[in-house]
Amino acid sequence: MENNSDKILEEVTGSDYKYGFYTDIEMDQAPKGLSEDTVRFISAKKNEPEFMLEFRLKAFRHWQTLGEPDWAHVNYPPIDYQDIIYYSAPKKKATYESMDEVDPELLETFEKLGIPLEEQKMLAGVAVDAVMDSVSVGSTFKKTLAEQGIIFCSFSEALQKHPELIKKYMGTVVPYTDNFFAALNSAVFSDGSFAYIPKGVKCPLELSTYFRINAANTGQFERTLIVAEEGSYVSYMEGCTAPIRDENQLHAAIVEIIAHKDAEVKYSTVQNWWPGDKEGKGGVYNFVTKRGICEGDRSKISWTQVETGSAITWKYPSLVLKGDYSSGEFYSVAVTNNYQQADTGTKMIHLGRNTKSTIISKGISAGHSNNSYRGLVKATRRAENARNFSQCDSLLLGDQCGAHTFPYLDVGNRSTIVEHEATTSKISEDQLFYCLQRGIDMEGAIGLIVNGYAKEVLSKLPMEFAVEAQKLLSISLEGSVG
Amino acid sequence: MLSIKNLSAAINGKTILKGLNLEVKEGEVHAIMGPNGSGKSTLASVIAGRETFEVTEGEVTYLGSNLLDMPAETRAREGIFMGFQYPVEIPGVSIANFMRTAINEKRKYLGLEPMTGAEFLKLMEEKKKMVDIQSKLTNRSVNEGFSGGEKKKNEIFQMALLEPKLSILDETDSGLDIDALKVVANGINLLRRKDNATVVITHYQRLLDFIIPDFVHVLFDGRIIRSGGKELAIELEEKGYDWVKKEK
Amino acid sequence: MDNIQTTLAKDKLLALFAREEEAITAFSTPLVNRIRQHALSRFRQNGFPATSKESWRFTDLTPLLNTEFTFDFSNQSRSMDIEKIFTCDVYDLDTFSITLLNGWFVYKNAPLTKLDNGTIIGSLAKAMELYPELVDQYFGKTAKTEEHEMAALNGAFVQDGLFIHVPDGVCMEKPVQLINIVDAQQPVFLQPRHLIIAGKNACLTLVHCDHSLTHNVSFTNTVAEIFAEENAVIDHYKIQNKGRNSALVTNTYFHQKRSSKVTSNIITLNGGFTKNIVDVTLAEPDTISEHYGLYLADSNQHVDNQLYIDHLAQNCHSNQLFKGILDDEAKAVFSGKVMVRPQAQKTRAYQNNRNILLTDDAKVNTQPHLEIYADDVKCSHGATVGQLDPEAMFYLRSRGLCERTARQMMMIAFASEVVQKISIEPLRDRIHDLVEKRLKGELSICDQCVLHCNSKEPTTFNIDLSKL
Repeated sequence: MENNSDKILEEVTGSDYKYGFYTDIEMDQAPKGLSEDTVRFISAKKNEPEFMLEFRLKAFRHWQTLGEPDWAHVNYPPIDYQDIIYYSAPKKKATYESMDEVDPELLETFEKLGIPLEEQKMLAGVAVDAVMDSVSVGSTFKKTLAEQGIIFCSFSEALQKHPELIKKYMGTVVPYTDNFFAALNSAVFSDGSFAYIPKGVKCPLELSTYFRINAANTGQFERTLIVAEEGSYVSYMEGCTAPIRDENQLHAAIVEIIAHKDAEVKYSTVQNWWPGDKEGKGGVYNFVTKRGICEGDRSKISWTQVETGSAITWKYPSLVLKGDYSSGEFYSVAVTNNYQQADTGTKMIHLGRNTKSTIISKGISAGHSNNSYRGLVKATRRAENARNFSQCDSLLLGDQCGAHTFPYLDVGNRSTIVEHEATTSKISEDQLFYCLQRGIDMEGAIGLIVNGYAKEVLSKLPMEFAVEAQKLLSISLEGSVG
Repeated sequence: MLSIKNLSAAINGKTILKGLNLEVKEGEVHAIMGPNGSGKSTLASVIAGRETFEVTEGEVTYLGSNLLDMPAETRAREGIFMGFQYPVEIPGVSIANFMRTAINEKRKYLGLEPMTGAEFLKLMEEKKKMVDIQSKLTNRSVNEGFSGGEKKKNEIFQMALLEPKLSILDETDSGLDIDALKVVANGINLLRRKDNATVVITHYQRLLDFIIPDFVHVLFDGRIIRSGGKELAIELEEKGYDWVKKEK
Repeated sequence: MDNIQTTLAKDKLLALFAREEEAITAFSTPLVNRIRQHALSRFRQNGFPATSKESWRFTDLTPLLNTEFTFDFSNQSRSMDIEKIFTCDVYDLDTFSITLLNGWFVYKNAPLTKLDNGTIIGSLAKAMELYPELVDQYFGKTAKTEEHEMAALNGAFVQDGLFIHVPDGVCMEKPVQLINIVDAQQPVFLQPRHLIIAGKNACLTLVHCDHSLTHNVSFTNTVAEIFAEENAVIDHYKIQNKGRNSALVTNTYFHQKRSSKVTSNIITLNGGFTKNIVDVTLAEPDTISEHYGLYLADSNQHVDNQLYIDHLAQNCHSNQLFKGILDDEAKAVFSGKVMVRPQAQKTRAYQNNRNILLTDDAKVNTQPHLEIYADDVKCSHGATVGQLDPEAMFYLRSRGLCERTARQMMMIAFASEVVQKISIEPLRDRIHDLVEKRLKGELSICDQCVLHCNSKEPTTFNIDLSKL
C-alpha cells in the first residue's frame, strides 16, 4: 500500500524537482496545534531565558487578535493553524565538535542537496551554518570568525551565549506587532541564525545558511538576526530547497538586519522550495517578513533574491533608511510556473536626508501562475534629497499566466526624486527565432533570453550563488513553452 | 544543394510568394534583387523556417532532404545561416555566450564533443580578425545598442563562427556606409568556398560591386521573373525595376 | 462603513430619501426607479467610501460630511436667461451650450431639443418623459453601483442632468458645452446625472465645465455614463475650476464598442476637494481610449484621479497621461489601474503619472497598477515625483534667461504636454492661456474656465514660483 502511494507520488512529480526527497530522521516534535502551552513547550525545550518566553507569550497573545492579511494577490485555502506541528528538532543533540559526530544520514541529505559542509566550502571561503528543520546541526569556521570577534551561530546558541545582544536587537526591526505572520513567528520560532559583526570588521567569509523543510506537517519558523556594528561589512547568503510533500507546508520566517554607521550588509537569497506539482497540488507557503534598518549615517543594506520555488510567496524584503546618506537596494528575480503564486516586492522607507534607494525587479511568469510585484517607496517630509529609482519588468511566457505590477509612491517633500518604470511584455518571437536560426533549441533559447533578462539582478549575487541561480531559472521554466 | 520548386507562401492569409523556383549549387553565389514588397525577405524567412510564414504550395529540398519538414534550429544545425535584415537585440546575453551555445548545440547535433572555453576563445579571436570586429564587441549583449554597421558586422562574424553551408543574407547592405559595406563584403568573400553557397538578397546593385555573383535573379510579385549573370544587375541599375516589370 | 460621521451622514440621507421619495422619483421612468431602488440598497449597505478602502486610502470624505447640506428635489428644469450669469469668452469656439444650475437643467428655449440631424440634447428628466425607451436602453448599464459607493448614492437620488443622443452616422460638428454651475446661498449637495450616447459611426465633442459662482460650501457628486457605439468617436473635456470650499466627486463611465475612440481630458485648475473616478470598459476589439489629465493645486487643495481601464477584448489601445504641479499644502493622489483580461490579446496599454512638488508640505501618492492576464501584450507604466530638471534649468539660464522666467517656462512646458492633447484649437489655446495664467499666479477663480463670470469678489490662487 505504502509502496503504491509512493509510486503514484513519483509519477505525479516525475523528476522535475531535483531535490525531491526526504530524510528519515527521528523527530522530537511538539504536539499538533497552537496554544500558550505550545509556546511554553518550545521555550522550555530550548531552555530559553525568561525574557524570551515573555516575548513569545506577548507575541502569541497579540497574534490571537489578528486576522490573516488578505490584500495580497494570492489565493489559497484557509490554513488550520491548529493542525500544524510547531516544533520539531532532530533528536540527537546538535552540538558537535567535528563533522564525524553528525548523523550520517543527515550528512547524506546535505550531500544530495549539494551542500558540502567540508572542504569545498572552505576552498570557496564559505562558512555554513546548516539548519535542518529549524535546529542548527553544524557550524564550521567558527574559529576563523571568532578570531575577528564575529559571532555566527544558531539563534538558540546565541540565546544561551549572548542573551544581551538578542535582548537588545530582537524585535527592533520587525516587532511582533508588525503583521499576522510576524506575530506567529515571534510566538513559535524554532531556530535560525544570528550574526554579529563588531566595529570595523570586514567579515572575510561569505556567511551562508541553508534552510530545509523536512518533516511532514511541520511549519518552519526561522528567525535571523544580523547586526553590523559601525564600519563593518558582511555578506550573508541564504539558500533553500525543500523535499516533495503532498501537503502544504507553512513557512513564516523573520529576518532582521541592523546596520550601524558606515556599515554594509549584503543579504542574498536563492529560494527554491517545493513549488507544488504541475496541477498546483502541494508546495510551500512562504510568508516571510524581512526588514533591515540603516540605522547609522552612510550605512548600506542590499537585498538580492532569486525566487523560483514555493507554491505561494508573500515576501517584501524592506528597508528603513534612517541614517543620513544611507542607501538601500533591492534586486529581485521571481519566477513562477504551473500554479505558483508570488506577491513579492519591497518597501523603501526614506526617513533620513540624502538617502538613496534602487529597486530592480524582474518577474517571469509561465504556466498558470500569477506573479505580482508590490512595492512601496515612501519619502517623509524630513527625507530631504531622497532619491529612488525603480525598474520593475515582467516577462510572460504563455497565455494562461498573469503578471501584475502594484507600485505605491508616497512623497512628502519637494527635494525628493522618485522614478518608477515598468514594462510588461511576452517573450519576443524575434529573439526566439534569432536563437533558433543559430541552431539553439526552444528551451535553450528561453533559458538564454530569460537569463539575459535577469542578468542585472543575477550579477549582484555572490559568484557561486549566481551559477546556481542561473541553472535554477532554466530548470524552473522547463516545459513552459513549446 | 538547395532546390526550390513552385514555392508559395503566405503571412496572415496574404500570399507573398507565388510559385517561386530557384536552384543553388555548391560554390555558387546568387543575388536576388527586386523592388520593395516583392517577397525577398519572405523568401529568406521561409528558407530559415520562420513559422509566421505558411508554406501553401511547393517544395524545398536541401542536400537531398525535405527542408520544410525541419524546425528552424535543425536547419541551422544542418548548415543554413540567415543574415538578418534587422538583427534583434537580446539584452543581457553576451555574443560570446550566445555563439558558444550555438556552436555547441550544433556540435552536439553532429555527435561531436562540445568545444572547450579555450578552444572557443581561440576560434573567436581568429574570426574577429577576419571580419575586423572590435574585441570589446563580443562581450556586449547581442546587438544591444549596436550601430547599424556593428549589427551587420556582427551577423557576418556569427556566420564566420558557424561556418554554414548555405548562407542567406537578407539586405545585409542596408544602412551601411561605404567603409562598413566593404568590410562586410570582404568578410563574405573570405568565407566563400568551393563547398558552400551564398544567396545575397539586396535592393541595390551597390553590394554586387564587391561581391561578384554567379547568378542574378529578379524577384517581382512573388516570382522570379528574370535570371541572368552579373551583367543583369548592372542593367537593372541603369534601367530600374520598371524595365523588367514592363518586359514581363 | 466604520466611521461615526459618515454613518450619521448616511442615515440622514436615507431618512431624507424616505421623506422625499415622492418628489425624487416623480420624473423618472419605472426602470430608472427600479435601478434607483437597487442603488439605494447598495448605499444602505456600503454607505460612504471609507479610507480603509484602497481607492480611498488617501482621500477622506469625512470632514466634508459634517456640513448641514440643503437639497432641492422639486426644482424642475426651468427657463432662464443664462447669459445674465455667464458669457462664454472663448470667442472662436462655436459651441452648443447647455447649463445646469445647481444640478437642474436651465434653458433659454426648450428643455430638450431635437436637432435637424436627429441628435437629441437636453434635460435627462425631460428625456425620461419624451424618450423613455432610449433612456431605459442605456441608463445604469455601465455605472458600477456595486463597487462605487458614490455612484450608488447618485443612483439613489438621480433626477436630472444632461442627456445627449447622437444617432448612428451623425457627426456633431459643434462641440456641446455643458456648464455645471453651483450658485447657492446655503451649502448644497448636488447629484447631477448625465447620459451620453454616440451611435454607430457617430461623433461627439463634449466640453464639461464645473464651476462655482459663490464661495459657499457645496458638494457635487456626478455620474456620467458615456456610450461609444461601434466606430463612434467621442472627445470629452472636463475643466474644473471651483472654489476652495467646493467638493467635487465625478464618476465617469465610458463604455466602448468595436473600433470606437474615446479621448478624455481632465484639467483641474482649482477646487477644494476633487475626486475624479474614470472607469473605462473596452468591451469589443480594436478600440482606442486615451485619457489625459492635468492638475494644478495649491493651498490645501486635494485632487484625486482614479482610473480603471478594463481591456476585455483584443487589439485595444489605452493610454493614460496625468501630470500635476503641487504647491503649499496641496495633496494629489493618482491611482491608475490597467486590467488586461485573458482574452484581450494584442493589448497595448500605457500609463504615466508625473508630479512636481514645490514645497515640503505638498504631498503625492501615486499608484500606477497593471494587472495582466494575457501574454501577447505591450504594457508599460511610469511614475515620477520630483522637481524641474536642473540641467534643463541650467541650459535655459546659460542662454540668458533669468531663473524666474526659466522656471515658468519649464512649468508651462511640463503642463503643456497634456494641454497639447486637446484637439479643438480654440479650446486648446484658451486652456493653454489659463494654465499659463494659473502658473504665473494671475488666474482668479472667476477669470473662468471656458466661461466668464460676473462675480464681484475674485479670489486669486497663486502657485508661488519663488518656492521652487
